[in-house]
Amino acid sequence: MSAPKGVSELSPPAGERPGDAAASRAATKEAGTPDRRRRRERRRGWVTITLFLLPALVLFCLLVLAPIVIAAYTSLFKWNGLGGLPTDFVGLDNFVRLFEDKVFLGDLQRGLILIVLSLVIQLPLALAIALLLNQRMRGRALYRVVFFAPYVLSEVITAVLFTMVFSPTRGLANHILSLVGLDNLAATWLADPSLVLYSLFLVMTWKYFGFHMILYLAGRQGIPKELTEAAEIDGASGWKAFWYVTLPLLGPTIRISVFLAVIGAIQLFDLVWVLTEGGPIHGSETMAVTMFQQGFKRYQVGYANAISVVMVLISLVFALGYQRYVLRRDTEGAITVMRDQR
Amino acid sequence: MISLGRRSVALLAAAALLLGGCASEGGGGGGETGQAASKTIEWWHIQNIEPMLPVWQALADEYQKAHPGVTIKITALENEAYKAKLTTLTQSGSIPDIFNTWGGGVLQQQIDAGLAKDITADIAPWVGTLTPASVQPYQFDGKTYAVPFDVGMVGFWYNKALFAKAGISETPTTWTAFLDTVKKLKAAGITPIALGGKDKWPGHYYWAYLAMRVAGLPALKQAGADATFTAPEFVQAGERLKELVDLDPFQKGFLGAGYGVPDGQAALMGGGKAAMELMGQWAPTVQRDASGTPDGIGEDLAFFPFPAVEGGKGDPSDAFGGGGGFAVGKDAPPEAVDFLKFISNLDNQRKVVATGAFLPIVKGAEDAIKDEKLASVSTELGKAAGFQLYLDQAYPPAVGQQVNDSVAELIAGTLGPKEVTDAITETAQNQ
Repeated sequence: MSAPKGVSELSPPAGERPGDAAASRAATKEAGTPDRRRRRERRRGWVTITLFLLPALVLFCLLVLAPIVIAAYTSLFKWNGLGGLPTDFVGLDNFVRLFEDKVFLGDLQRGLILIVLSLVIQLPLALAIALLLNQRMRGRALYRVVFFAPYVLSEVITAVLFTMVFSPTRGLANHILSLVGLDNLAATWLADPSLVLYSLFLVMTWKYFGFHMILYLAGRQGIPKELTEAAEIDGASGWKAFWYVTLPLLGPTIRISVFLAVIGAIQLFDLVWVLTEGGPIHGSETMAVTMFQQGFKRYQVGYANAISVVMVLISLVFALGYQRYVLRRDTEGAITVMRDQR
Repeated sequence: MISLGRRSVALLAAAALLLGGCASEGGGGGGETGQAASKTIEWWHIQNIEPMLPVWQALADEYQKAHPGVTIKITALENEAYKAKLTTLTQSGSIPDIFNTWGGGVLQQQIDAGLAKDITADIAPWVGTLTPASVQPYQFDGKTYAVPFDVGMVGFWYNKALFAKAGISETPTTWTAFLDTVKKLKAAGITPIALGGKDKWPGHYYWAYLAMRVAGLPALKQAGADATFTAPEFVQAGERLKELVDLDPFQKGFLGAGYGVPDGQAALMGGGKAAMELMGQWAPTVQRDASGTPDGIGEDLAFFPFPAVEGGKGDPSDAFGGGGGFAVGKDAPPEAVDFLKFISNLDNQRKVVATGAFLPIVKGAEDAIKDEKLASVSTELGKAAGFQLYLDQAYPPAVGQQVNDSVAELIAGTLGPKEVTDAITETAQNQ
């Protein structure tokens, strides 16, 4: 109860927690006036917080919560999206259909492949390049900019660019392969149902590894020089220093970057849509693409909303589980400090 | 009966944006009562570029001049943007007074939702001036819901020079002859057919035409009504298509190719790199634009109708295609229909056809076609005994998309002819 004044104003109001309320009631009996003043201050803090939060809260409710609630509600209907609210209530029928839908089950499988590939190939690549670009070398800033540049491009531009790169007859990819004498490797990158997912992953890697690289670079620069120097003095080789010093200290950054990569892969839409529209033969289709197809091409808005609800649930379960079990040690400081102050 | 005021549009837009399709109170439309003398007609069309954009504007201006008190408010949108914007508006239970439609399943759903108006009686005095095939996509159970402004048909556009190179002197009139043509072209080292497999709809033309030729138009209509596509004739249509696919007639990587993009179906034709494509009346324009050439393959381009299938039940002259029409919103003032009558009179129709953007929908306007290739499409269309709207428009959207998806798989070799009909039937039963 001896928190400094500044902190007590920032921490959530005491009245919100039953334990606190009881504690402060007890305190009132004992101490009287000074405590009442503190309570008045806290109440004023509560008003300020409410006033500042209100506009953002209203927007959040209208733009985020309300659509989720409406989508969840309409996912229980057979509805083509026309003429007011739906009436044909079908219960969980859409969800049952969903888990019999080969395309949707394929989406889950393809999503998993993309996530695994991202974690196994894209992030280590980003880490390697980040560490490389942390060395002293000529033109380091230029390299950093060049590697980060794809991330700045919009998804649509990237996709249009790569439809040209992967063009079977005039594309850059096949042209380069034939220049170095690898004609037999030339492929129909986006036209082969068994290959298209990996072509898509290639584009994703090109587009997003720069972002993860910047994260790692920032994380790497947050590691005090003394630690690496100390490791060097202790005789740790480059590899050992990386394994025992750099990597553990990059942990928080890596965990965040894994989180962003997974959520990004689950929600992947615009890149796929422009690049392949999910085809050929659903070979590169993602959950979001299926949702769009059902909602805006087939006018099965109820069914599409069921897909979106499943997407939200998957993301939510992953996000909460990840925060609970993986990010816990990174957020521990922030949360436990507040708990200690009570 | 005033249509949307500015405030209610803003309210609707806000409601649609914020609530993502929650019904708005009052539903816009006929809520307000204005002075009888001044009326506003909201007109949404998709001719947002030359040559039609100024023509529609000029006709609207002319009509307003002749009818003081009537204001025509035009919203010209690009195709896909129009669909998205109209979907958002209709979810709030509202609709423009005059809006673009392709007929078929989507229009049917708008009618079922009470958004589109039955204009049968309103246009009865003058509907006879229009060609029957052009009105047909907008008729349900004997009632008419839209006035056409364009109509056309799909057929084979071919490169005369490449045909000559392969030693082909005549265009094929039967499916067997067509397959022979493909073989000859292949033997001559020419890509016989350009196909945009990524877009799916160009592929569905093949199955649709074969189904028309083998099963006939009544069977297609019945299949839609019964939600059953398992008749042996539809399987046979798939088998015929498989015969073609087995010849490997399409360009390399066609499954990933788009239609109107550089390197896509139209660009190959425009660049003279493929001998044929099955496409609608707009093909020459898109070939030119997509290939980046001044006039595509120019005079080498010609048109022949889809061949007959031996032993098929369908009439070999039956045409497959579609067009565009203007439907009337549920709360539209009578002037809206009157305006449609105005733009569809023979004089105005000649002006429209002269731009080369559309084929005539009014009898007697054919002579206004300046382009020879379009004239040949118009002639074939005139000979047609029956007319079938694009299957992905004619059926409910989910069924239409399933036709596209399944036929794409047939062409890619992952589904058999029987499985195609099963998949379409399953989706149709689910409606």
